[in-house]
Amino acid sequence: MRPNREYKIEEIDLGDLLLNVLDRKNRGERISQICAAYVDGKYELSYSFIQDGLHRFTTLRVICDLDTEVPSITEIYPMAVFYENEMKELYGVNVKYISLDYNNKLYRIEKETPFLPKEKK
Amino acid sequence: MGKKSIVPFGPQHPVLPEPIHLDLVLEDEIVTNVIPSIGFIHRGLESLTEKKDYFEMVYVAERTCGICSFGHGMGYCEAVEEVMDVEIPDRAKYLRTIWMELSRLHSHLLWLGLLADGFGFESLFYQSWRIRERILDLIELTTGGRVIFSVNKVGGVLKDITPDMLKHILTELDQVEADVRVIEHTFLFDYSVQSRLKGVGVLSRKQVHMLGAVGPFARASGINIDMRSLGYEAYGDLDFEPIVSSDGDSYARCEVRIHEIYQSIDIIRQAISKIPEGELSVSVKGNVKGEHFVRIEQPRGEAIYYVKGTGKLYLDRLRIRTPTFANLPALVEMLKGCNYADVPILILTIDPCISCTER
Amino acid sequence: MYQLYGKIGESMGILTFTGQVLKNLVSKPVTTSYPEKPAVYPERSRGHIEIDIDECISCGLCTRGCPPRCLKVNKVEGTWTINRFDCIACGYCVQRCPKKCLHIVPGYQKPGPAKQETVYKKSPEVMAAEAAKRAEIAKKAAAAKKAREEALAKKKAEAAKKAAEEKQEIQ
Repeated sequence: MRPNREYKIEEIDLGDLLLNVLDRKNRGERISQICAAYVDGKYELSYSFIQDGLHRFTTLRVICDLDTEVPSITEIYPMAVFYENEMKELYGVNVKYISLDYNNKLYRIEKETPFLPKEKK
Repeated sequence: MGKKSIVPFGPQHPVLPEPIHLDLVLEDEIVTNVIPSIGFIHRGLESLTEKKDYFEMVYVAERTCGICSFGHGMGYCEAVEEVMDVEIPDRAKYLRTIWMELSRLHSHLLWLGLLADGFGFESLFYQSWRIRERILDLIELTTGGRVIFSVNKVGGVLKDITPDMLKHILTELDQVEADVRVIEHTFLFDYSVQSRLKGVGVLSRKQVHMLGAVGPFARASGINIDMRSLGYEAYGDLDFEPIVSSDGDSYARCEVRIHEIYQSIDIIRQAISKIPEGELSVSVKGNVKGEHFVRIEQPRGEAIYYVKGTGKLYLDRLRIRTPTFANLPALVEMLKGCNYADVPILILTIDPCISCTER
Repeated sequence: MYQLYGKIGESMGILTFTGQVLKNLVSKPVTTSYPEKPAVYPERSRGHIEIDIDECISCGLCTRGCPPRCLKVNKVEGTWTINRFDCIACGYCVQRCPKKCLHIVPGYQKPGPAKQETVYKKSPEVMAAEAAKRAEIAKKAAAAKKAREEALAKKKAEAAKKAAEEKQEIQ
């Protein structure tokens, strides 16, 4: 039995992100994690949602360039604050309009964007 | 309208075992707003994937946190196994389940002690930790470490629990259960303990759902989420029901965790009675290609492990979403409107683990 | 008697812990008087790494698999170095060792004023044996090389001879 197999990744455009997230909020899904990854010169942002009870686990995948402005979803899901601040600080994703922006002071570290490869800073 | 003042709270505080800093906005004695700041112990464990290959990362993942170390190792191994399409032997699954439940027992007993310490009941604190010591001895006997187990590997487990040890675990658990029954009475029915816990920090079901809380914290507010019911490892073969309370106050959180102690003891007994014979691990070769999300239930709640590899010995991305990270927004919401004197207790009731949170 | 006190307290919801307190007062302490009584570690306890240095073949697999990188191997000098203050006792080197000469044994590393390395050196006999083996291998290799060269020279000479014969025949 492989229960952790049942999950889906949906690739969407950056422009459709907010609409998609709103849609999921209306369906009563809970945000479970947001993370960024750096692959081949581009960011891969993953927004994961869980529908409790059904155990449905869906991930929205947005692929964008390093300098693209990403709209914050904190107006829809207030608890995304920490995830988006983390994304911004560790990978330098240009997240706009976070409701509580820590301005790269969430983690007390000296380096800027420590998770990006050196040549990309 | 009272006078407004801002009180900095933490990261060093006598009743706070964890390095979290909160700016509390007070009106007289009532907290009106909270601005949390974390990040004092960020270590960047996730970026170590550049330097350590995916076999070594098991040991790094385990050291994310001291209390839920086994779960982190197990979640990471499971994610890599899913990506590489490795099916581990049945005995390894049962052994992992037993160890996971032992670590849940010791985490919950630790939390009960800290809670007792938080409301100033020192002798109850010592009593809880005295029971926890038995669990730690069991863990040391079977794995060789008291806190860091180091028995996981990609493809199974490293050590076996011999039949003698299993018998010993059963007799010890009987004793633990009897001991917990004694302190349970004090936690749940003592007048002065109740006056500190009942009706304090109430969060409704809807609030908790919208704020994305997980684990015993969410279950105390009536949300039935327990990742163990997904049936990973051996949990699919075992019989248990998530423990849910509907009150949503600190007392309910204490109650849920105490009942989970009995549940864990029961799960270990079931697992020991059903454990099959067989191999401990399968050999894993090759590189990681692909990505996967894995969800497991840690003592503190749902944890998510994300592994991505592009066909190298080194992973491209490892993400660990720990339960406390998900519980922080709900903590902030819970603190609004409470008494200043209740703040330490309320922070404790989410069972915070900041070193997990910052990784 | 203490149970009676406990029961009375519990029924009222106050002093619910009294029974346990009285029990603790009259019973023996659960703690041991360490360090007068030494601590007992179970057999599997992961305390520190030991090596049967004479079994070691200096392959260096342990150094490459060590998460904190606290091991060093020198093949020429026949040494195996561990920085016990950096070691996290995970046991990965024990897993990887092909000769199974590493062991993880009970007994924790004692604290000290500064980090230092512990060096294990192979015994002179083993070193001599290894040197002899290496010399033998070198000798064999040299002999093989010589034989190869001789064979090559012979072949060349034969080829030259044959060519000369063929030339004669044509003439």
